[in-house]
This record gives sequence, C-alpha cells and structure tokens, in this order.
Amino acid sequence: MAVEIKLPTVLRAQADGQATVAVDGATVGEVFNALVARYPGLRGNLLDDSGSLHKFVNVYKDDDDIRYLDGLDTKLADGDVLSILPAVAGGA
Amino acid sequence: MASFRELLKQTKSEIREIQPADAEPRVGEATFLDVRELDEFQQGMIPGAVFIPRGHLESQVENKIPDRDAPVVVYCAGGTRSAFAAKTLQELGYTDVVSMAGGFGRWKNEGRAWITPNTLSPEQRDRYGRHILLPEVGEEGQQKLLGAKVLLLGAGGLGSPAALYLAAAGVGTIGIVDMDVVDASNLQRQILHNLERIGDRKVDSAKKTLTALNPDVDVVTYDVRLGADNILDIIDGYDVIVDGTDNFPTRYLLNDASLLKHIPVVHGSIFRFEGQVTVFDPYNGPCYRCLLPEPPPPELAPSCSEAGVLGVLPGIVGSIQAIEAIKLLLDLGEPLRGRLLAYDALEETFRNFKVRRDPNCPACGENAHIVIAEYDDLCMPHAVLADGTVAAH
Repeated sequence: MAVEIKLPTVLRAQADGQATVAVDGATVGEVFNALVARYPGLRGNLLDDSGSLHKFVNVYKDDDDIRYLDGLDTKLADGDVLSILPAVAGGA
Repeated sequence: MASFRELLKQTKSEIREIQPADAEPRVGEATFLDVRELDEFQQGMIPGAVFIPRGHLESQVENKIPDRDAPVVVYCAGGTRSAFAAKTLQELGYTDVVSMAGGFGRWKNEGRAWITPNTLSPEQRDRYGRHILLPEVGEEGQQKLLGAKVLLLGAGGLGSPAALYLAAAGVGTIGIVDMDVVDASNLQRQILHNLERIGDRKVDSAKKTLTALNPDVDVVTYDVRLGADNILDIIDGYDVIVDGTDNFPTRYLLNDASLLKHIPVVHGSIFRFEGQVTVFDPYNGPCYRCLLPEPPPPELAPSCSEAGVLGVLPGIVGSIQAIEAIKLLLDLGEPLRGRLLAYDALEETFRNFKVRRDPNCPACGENAHIVIAEYDDLCMPHAVLADGTVAAH
C-alpha cells in the first residue's frame, strides 16, 4: 500500500531533496521503517535508538496527531497522507 | 394625515413606557439602548448602554442586540424618539421593549448614575474608519483595541510585522521585549528597523517606528533578556502575548509563565520557507508542551541565523499572529486554539493540524505543578523537591 509522506524542508536534504516520498506500509511504523531504510540519513532525525519516534517530531495522519491515534501502530490505507512537522523555534 | 402630536400619541398607545425610577433597578439586567445622536451621547450616557442613533436603528440593532427576546429599555433625551424607536423594535420582532419616559434628561435630573462615554476623537474616527465599518469591530471594538495591551516577545522577524499591524490597528499598549541591537543583516526581514538605526537598541528603533505610525499607541520597551527572574513581572497585566522568540528554552519558559498568569500566547515560528502559527490559551486549549513535549537537540534544530530564512516568510507568519491577537482581543471568529497552521511558502499551502490538550501534560495537565526557572537546552519540566526547591538537571 502506497502512502505519501510530506517532509518538511529541514529533512529534505536527507531525502534527495524531495518534498514528498511515497512508501509502502500498513502502519505508520512500517512506513517509517521503509522511509529510513531508503534514506538512512533520516533515521536520527525521526527515531530514537529504540525505534520510537522522537518526542520533538510530530506526525499527522491527515490532520490528526498519531500520538492520539495509535502511535506507530496507527493503521494506514492506500493513499493516506502522513505529514511530518518539525519542531521549529526560529522567530528572529 | 396625522400630525406629529397625533402620531406620537398613537405610537405611545402601542408601546410600554416606564419611569427612570423603575428603569434604574434594571441596569445590568436589561439592555439599555441609547438612540440619541452622537454629540448628545458624548455628553453623557447610562452606564453600559448600547448606542445606536435612531437613524441607524433598523440597520444596526440586529447586530448589537441579536436576541429578540432580550429585555430592552430604550431612551433618548426626553422620551419622544425612544417611543418611536420602541415601536420600530416591536415591529422588528423584539418582544420585551420599554421606552423610558422623560429620557436621559429626567434620569440625570433625578440624580441617577451616568458616565461620560469613551468616544473616539474625530481623528480616530477617521484613522480607524475601515475598522468601524466592520460590524464585527465597530466603534466598540475599536475602543477595546485602544484599551488593550499586547506584549511582543522579540522586535525581529516575527515581531516586526506583528508590531506594525497591531500599532496600525490601534492596540493602545504594545510592550516589546528585546535585548538586541539593530544589525545590517536584520534588515532583510525586520521591517521595524532601517539603515539609520544600525547599532541602536531594537526596542528604541521599534518605538520610533511605531510611534511615528500611530501616536495613539503607548509603546513600552523592555531592553532585557527574558528570563526566569523577570518574566512574571514583564508579562503581568498584558491581555495577549505574541511570541516571536528564537529559541526553545525561552518558549518553554514563556509557556510556564503564561499558564501561571492565564495569558493567551499567539505562537509563531519560522524556518527557511516554512512557518507555524497556533494559539495557546491557558487551560482552554493545549499548551506548548502539549504540542511539543520535548525540544529537539540543538544539532537537529538549527536556528535561522545558521539555516537561513526567506525574508518575506516572517512577514506572513507575523501578520497572521497579529490577526490572531486581534481576534482574541475582540473575541472574533475561530482563533487557532487547538489548531496548528503550517505554512509552506514553496508549495504556497496553508494546512491545519489538530493540537490536543494532553491530560498528562507536565505543564497544564491535572497534576502539573509549574515552577518558573531557567531552562537548559533539554527544556525538561522542573521537578520540585520535597523542600520546595527546584531540582537541578
């Protein structure tokens, strides 16, 4: 099942400059594993050593934070869109 | 054809009148509607009264008194215009309308309470004319803005457009916290400043720009670094805070302090071509820590000074912050409470994401205990020891 992942600019350098990446997976966890397998440079930005999502990375299925769905176990269907929102502090 | 006297007599027979003595106990319970002309109203009014000159009654009353079953006491100067106005209100479907006999004149002569309204000067009426035309703002909303206090954290990329628009809108008090000086590299985006101000304190430069734009605005400057030692004093008394700071520790510190003081924060942040805006309304919605339980390590969160930012980007994001601040001040529309607006300038898209309040949030959750102390790069919540002191990390 192909799922589209939208990457913020800060992560695009580790994904050959792409803004969206299509990967296969039935859950958010599977999709993320597929994503970091394809772009190993993204791993440290998204996942900690135990494979959990960093707490400073917010991932949304459509407009819903996956923390309030089933986290990495959140089920995905063909055509779902995941958005990764980075923590950003800049303002000056 | 009826004469004026006959028409008045006929009208009075179709409405109810009450004496000022019977109207006075209804202050606070009923809506008092003043239908005189502006120059009369400016001389004095019954406290809390809604003002609609009789000539605008039909067109404005539905906006100002939306509930047709609300009790309404109409008054004018002597009780004639209010009698006609009461009849009109009945025809518009208002069910509980009385006209005050003898009007404001008798009210005043009998020694009942009245006040001089805060009204806009002719210059202000001109300056804010486009606001006053908006039924959602109007003269009353403009008065509210003139009485409002907004604190801007940072006179930089986000603070510049936010400050300019809030000052232009007539927000009466604008506080600005910034400890920096104007540098040539700021001018690509920080539109409060200019070439002549290089080397000046940013707060001074900001005050000059804002005062030149709108002398109605009292600009209060804080040329300090916002820290645990001063934040509660600085933010005290402000209605809304616009956060345009540039680092995580200050944003977490602000979150804690704004929760303690119950002051809503309009959050904005920018990076390269992307921006985020949301509203943290203490205990009425999520807080910063609900959105972001932990900050990224510094190596994964480069600042704009390291990673760059398109100069126009803070113009968009800071302007949206100004809109949100005004919406909060005037209780308008749907603020970005519980929603994060993400703007991507390259795609030119705005997207909304849900932000939920975390019941277990260490800052705003049920068992949270807020301690104001400096944060390090990890921004972990401060633990309180048994003796009441704060644990070091």
